[in-house]
Amino acid sequence: MDPRKLRLGFLFAAGAIVLALLLPSGPRSPSLLPSPAIWQTTACAGLLFLCAAWMANARATAFGLAGITLAGGATLAMLRDPAIAGSAGTGFWMIVIAVWLAAALCVVNLAAMRPLRTDRQNILNILVPLLFGAVVFYLWEVGVRGFGVPPVLLPSPSAAAAKFASSLPTLCTDFVQTFVRGVLIGYAIGCGAGLLVAILAHRYAFLGRGLLPLGNFFSALPLVGIAPIMVMWFGFDWPSKAAVVALVTFFPMLVNALAGLSASGHIERDLMRSYAANHSQSLSKLYLPAAMPFIFNALKINATLALIGAIVAEFFGTPTQGIGFRISTEAGRMAIDMVWAEIALAALAGMGFYGLVALAERATTFWHPSYRT
Amino acid sequence: MRHPWVERYAPLATTVLVLIAIWYIAAIAMNLSLVRDAFEREETAYTLTDLISGTLSAERPLLPAPHQVAAAVYDSVFGYPPLAPRSLVYHSLVTLTATLLGFVLGALLGIVLALMIVHSRVLERSLMPWIICSQMVPILALAPIFIVVLGALGLHGLLPKSIISAYLCFFPIAIGMVKGFTSSEPQQIELMRTWSATSRQMLWKLRWPSAVPYLFASLKVAITISLIGAIVAELPTGAEAGIGARLLAGSYYGQTIQIWAALVASAVLASGLIGIVGLVERGVARRMGAH
Amino acid sequence: MASSKPSPLALKEPEAERRPGDNEAIASLVNSVADTAAPDMIASEPPSSKRLVVDAQNISLTFDTADGRVDALSNVSLQIVEGEFVSFIGPSGCGKTTMLRVIADLQRPSAGALLVNGMSAENARLARSYGYVFQAPALFPWRTIEKNLKLPLEIMGFSEIDQQQRVERYLSLVNLTGFERKFPWQLSGGMQQRVSIARALSFDPALLLMDEPFGALDEIVRDHLNEQLLQLWKSTEKTVLFVTHSIPEAVFLSTKVVVMSPRPGRIIDIIDCDFPRDRSLEIRETPEFLRIAQRVRVGLRAGHSYDE
Repeated sequence: MDPRKLRLGFLFAAGAIVLALLLPSGPRSPSLLPSPAIWQTTACAGLLFLCAAWMANARATAFGLAGITLAGGATLAMLRDPAIAGSAGTGFWMIVIAVWLAAALCVVNLAAMRPLRTDRQNILNILVPLLFGAVVFYLWEVGVRGFGVPPVLLPSPSAAAAKFASSLPTLCTDFVQTFVRGVLIGYAIGCGAGLLVAILAHRYAFLGRGLLPLGNFFSALPLVGIAPIMVMWFGFDWPSKAAVVALVTFFPMLVNALAGLSASGHIERDLMRSYAANHSQSLSKLYLPAAMPFIFNALKINATLALIGAIVAEFFGTPTQGIGFRISTEAGRMAIDMVWAEIALAALAGMGFYGLVALAERATTFWHPSYRT
Repeated sequence: MRHPWVERYAPLATTVLVLIAIWYIAAIAMNLSLVRDAFEREETAYTLTDLISGTLSAERPLLPAPHQVAAAVYDSVFGYPPLAPRSLVYHSLVTLTATLLGFVLGALLGIVLALMIVHSRVLERSLMPWIICSQMVPILALAPIFIVVLGALGLHGLLPKSIISAYLCFFPIAIGMVKGFTSSEPQQIELMRTWSATSRQMLWKLRWPSAVPYLFASLKVAITISLIGAIVAELPTGAEAGIGARLLAGSYYGQTIQIWAALVASAVLASGLIGIVGLVERGVARRMGAH
Repeated sequence: MASSKPSPLALKEPEAERRPGDNEAIASLVNSVADTAAPDMIASEPPSSKRLVVDAQNISLTFDTADGRVDALSNVSLQIVEGEFVSFIGPSGCGKTTMLRVIADLQRPSAGALLVNGMSAENARLARSYGYVFQAPALFPWRTIEKNLKLPLEIMGFSEIDQQQRVERYLSLVNLTGFERKFPWQLSGGMQQRVSIARALSFDPALLLMDEPFGALDEIVRDHLNEQLLQLWKSTEKTVLFVTHSIPEAVFLSTKVVVMSPRPGRIIDIIDCDFPRDRSLEIRETPEFLRIAQRVRVGLRAGHSYDE
């Protein structure tokens, strides 16, 4: 980034800190001076921003980050004061603006770095989005608490985290009900059946030509709508949700596995023919290993689809537990913080599940060109 | 030599016929106990044919027969004026408007975000990982919150549903278009550079044409997600109109055939929308030189 | 061109073997531009005490395309004796790859009789009588080199110990000992192709069928591999059928060169090469080599191989 713009930016940040020290930070408190710890921290942050402005190069980022931590911490501490929370004054917002500006400059600086070593490159690849996300969460937190946004509308991250921690037992039962029983079982059945039918459709070309267009057609349908029918057949409890998940994951697996089984090159197929290999030998030694990238593609897609399917199926009715059930009932009761806690649970489950499948993919299809570039 | 149409459609036709046959058999098997109990309760004598015809014409069957579903769809579509509350056409239109509005919004936002990401290294490195992460999160689970919160803010009906649909399809389109805009071969980019092409010229003359296949692939995915979003958005507050509402009503009142009719309507909508995107895609591809 | 000058092939050639009636046959071929060669002129040597590995009589293969019928092979007759190294040379579309695939039972001829190792082509394939080397190495990327070599052995049911011994033996034969645990993408193109050859030999087939195996490699690597292939042929004493479109490669490697031409695919000439088995790349500059290469080129021209 242009050093002049960098310097200017950090100078503005430092300037904002100075203003913060002078302006009132709340409706009643005149300025920050009475609380020594806070104004000292804020002043330190200002000094660090000045140093960063003076250096105006890549190393300024370190100073910037230190300043951000201090100033951010100061604002969060300030929000503990009930006088400030809910009706923060201009001084408070000056610090927030300083943090925001400095963070943006740091992100831009880090993003522009192109280190030669791959391990440093990897650290940056994680650091940049993490920093970006941290700033977003910070702004969310101070925005909600500083402006006094009613928690019914949007709770702060800290409140949501607190609710998460305090409702762990409920979250656990919901997780087991939705994920372990609904998602995992349905996923196993759906993906397994899809793979088996794909193998049959590959073996018997007539079946394949008939099933492929049907598979494509059904993949596109809103199959979650089948949930009420599954409830009618399998009852309210988790078997109906597992049935929905099985159906939803069947078609993408069928289509992708069939594409994968047909993806072997004709030279490799001629090779197997020259060895007079029978169909099951060709299947286990050529078609299936070559189809693995496609199968894992479907497994990853299905990981998300399965979770969505289970949760949405629960919107249609479920006994007394489950992520979807909890979300819809708590939303109806306007207990939005519980809803956010459940959403955080669903997000963690989704990312964990997807991550596990991606790890398995890497272990099995390490040979694929996409891993070598 | 078999006629090419026979080659193409015989397997599909055979499979469909076999599946319909299986459906009939399943309907008979699953409704059997229901019908038998009904007969025994009324203490009327029954023969095998009575049983079978009963399973295929039950009022609240466990699995309606194909002709029952077809009849229900026909009645709901042609039996009422299109905008009557009991017409399936009306409900489909309600869901369709939310779907299309959300789709257009989401597509525009997704493309704009993709353009920004492609042109800014900062955005690419800070934002893309979050967008990719969001793909793993069941965003559909957020639908109830949106409805409730927006309802508290005074927004009802079409707007919250479209916002949910837009939010759902915006991510796949953004990811797909980022892939599309960066899919130009390095040699083509270098060629443009030897002609001193500006960033804008590169965008319109190279990146957009290369991105067209990715555009249509992600549009097809997005429109299905948008439809699902619109349907799911009708569930939480017990909406009265829309396919999702019909599904919910059918499940509350045990009207199996109504549920199946609503499902058929959603299938028709989904395949129709994808078909339209496919037609547009083929038209664009033909203009771009594909055969 | 041919009628005004004496045919260069009319010169006396002490080194290259001449069959009775050859001069007249070739000269008439060269002169008659529109001729399709009659089958009995292209018969090879009467079979000697060695057995016939390939006996093809009037093989034809036609298929329908959008542009009409294509005669990929038209009345091709050929006899190959055990231990020979036979090259098929010609432009694209002359049927040389098709002929190889017909012998390998990867394609069925529309007409004609074919005996491979004394049985039908299909039975020869089921009896695993040949190893096929394709234009691309066709190694499975999810298997190590060792496991790639074991692929045919696993299918054919060799014992574990046997498999291990064969892997060691054939890897050393192609000078790739030590690469067992590597993956195909970690090897260069030439090395991958050597693994492919070792794999084709690993189950001791009687025949080795090679379809332009070195076509994708650069010239220097190709020369090196040509020498290695000759060493291999010397030590294993297999019958090799080799398809190529490089004239020097064909003449250098073979005991017999079969010149083919397209539209329809047919044999124009069969040339015996009598270079000593222990040949090196230097013979490519000797006069005898150049004369045989010239004869091949004349045959190609006669078959309109250089026309559009």
